[in-house]
Amino acid sequence: MNLSPDEVVFWRYGFVTINLTLVTTWGIMLLMVGGSFLITRKLKTGLLISRWQCALEIVVQGINTQIAEAGLPRPEKYIGFIGTLFLFIAIANVGIVLPWYQPPTGSLSTTAALAVAVFLAVPFFGIGKTGVLAYLKTYLQPTFIMLPFNLISDATRTLALAVRLFGNIMSGGMIVGILLSISPLFFPIIMNVLGLLTGLVQAYIFSVLATVYIAAAVAKPAPPEPLPVSN
Amino acid sequence: MEINWFTVVAQLLNFLLLVWLMKRFLYQPVLAAIEAREQKIKAQLNDASMQKTEAQAEREQYQQKNADFDQRKQTLLATAHAEAQAERQQLLDEARQDADTLRTKQATAHQQMQEKMHDDLTHQTRQTVLSLTKKALTDLASAGLEAQALAVFIGRIEHLQGTEKQGFIDAFQAGAKRVQVRSAFALSAEQQAELAAALTALIGTEAACTFTTAPELISGITLSANGYQLAWSVPNYLAELESSLAAATPPREPAGESESEPELRHHASN
Repeated sequence: MNLSPDEVVFWRYGFVTINLTLVTTWGIMLLMVGGSFLITRKLKTGLLISRWQCALEIVVQGINTQIAEAGLPRPEKYIGFIGTLFLFIAIANVGIVLPWYQPPTGSLSTTAALAVAVFLAVPFFGIGKTGVLAYLKTYLQPTFIMLPFNLISDATRTLALAVRLFGNIMSGGMIVGILLSISPLFFPIIMNVLGLLTGLVQAYIFSVLATVYIAAAVAKPAPPEPLPVSN
Repeated sequence: MEINWFTVVAQLLNFLLLVWLMKRFLYQPVLAAIEAREQKIKAQLNDASMQKTEAQAEREQYQQKNADFDQRKQTLLATAHAEAQAERQQLLDEARQDADTLRTKQATAHQQMQEKMHDDLTHQTRQTVLSLTKKALTDLASAGLEAQALAVFIGRIEHLQGTEKQGFIDAFQAGAKRVQVRSAFALSAEQQAELAAALTALIGTEAACTFTTAPELISGITLSANGYQLAWSVPNYLAELESSLAAATPPREPAGESESEPELRHHASN
């Protein structure tokens, strides 16, 4: 039994390894992009739209709303990153209902890659919004003494992102695997259902945390409110 | 539990590629479609609101027009009514006036006709009475009647008074002192002597009398002295009768009353 899909290697040439994680990811990517392409190819702007378009619009609008609620006022700028993060993790996790499927999110390499993506995205959006100096200044807030703690915070939260997702998904797969050998009839199904819930919750948590980090980076310190002038 | 760094890098690139592809194929088109639809709906709502405003304005305009039209209609109706009333009144007045004129004209014509008929009737009656009287007296005329007439005449001469008597005497005196006696029948000698005696008593002197017969007198005697005449004869009576009849039946007053019409008509139909 494999703990990680990384261990299933299809092809190896020195450093380059094509394993199950990459193949599954490509499959999911193909599914997402292909599905999106097929549906958005025939988008309508009228009042009558297709059901697929309606479903897609609900998803996109829902993500937008979530981003806005998390503190980013113009969600369409961030939906490309955050929405893809959520959809990829969610689809990868929901795939556990398929037989012989091993989610790529159960690989620490994948979750580390996603966490690194968030780690990079935070300064990317922050600098894009406020400029390099202003962004770097946030590490000195509220005082310069906080600089090492801020740096540690950045590093640890990235690590926590990666390990949290990996641990939850891997453990779900592990439990199913162990239960299959003990009582192969009912418990794996129940655990799979639980795994679906856990997977969606993890996708939500991961993307909301990413949103919060980005929001913290792009948010300018609010200017002091002027006192109301009494007449 | 170990990290394959190649996989990490590959997954990172995979993810970035996925982000780009999803942006390209999902988010941008869907968001653009939503935006376009929202714009379209907003435009339609604006359009609908504008149309509603326009419709409201048109409706108000139409109502205003309707009210104006109603008012104008009422005014026109009232004017037409008043004019018709005035016209009717005028026509009625004219008709009444015409009727009055006609009635007056008719009444006048009626009255004239009535008067003419009355006159005709009176004249005819008078003529009839006279001719009947004349005929009766002519039939009755005889020597005996002549004697009676003479007696009456003598009585009248004897009782002659005043201006008549004086006039006759004056005429007699002025003339040839002769008296012309005319009678319808020839008088006998006694009658002539009686008359002469009466004349003598009247005048006071002997009068020479000439006796002639005049059948046109029918009955009666005429004395003529120098143009002055004393007569008691039927033609005289008839003339007197005629004049008194004419005096007794003066032209009738105009009779406009409708009650007299049946009587007149009754007269006319007879």
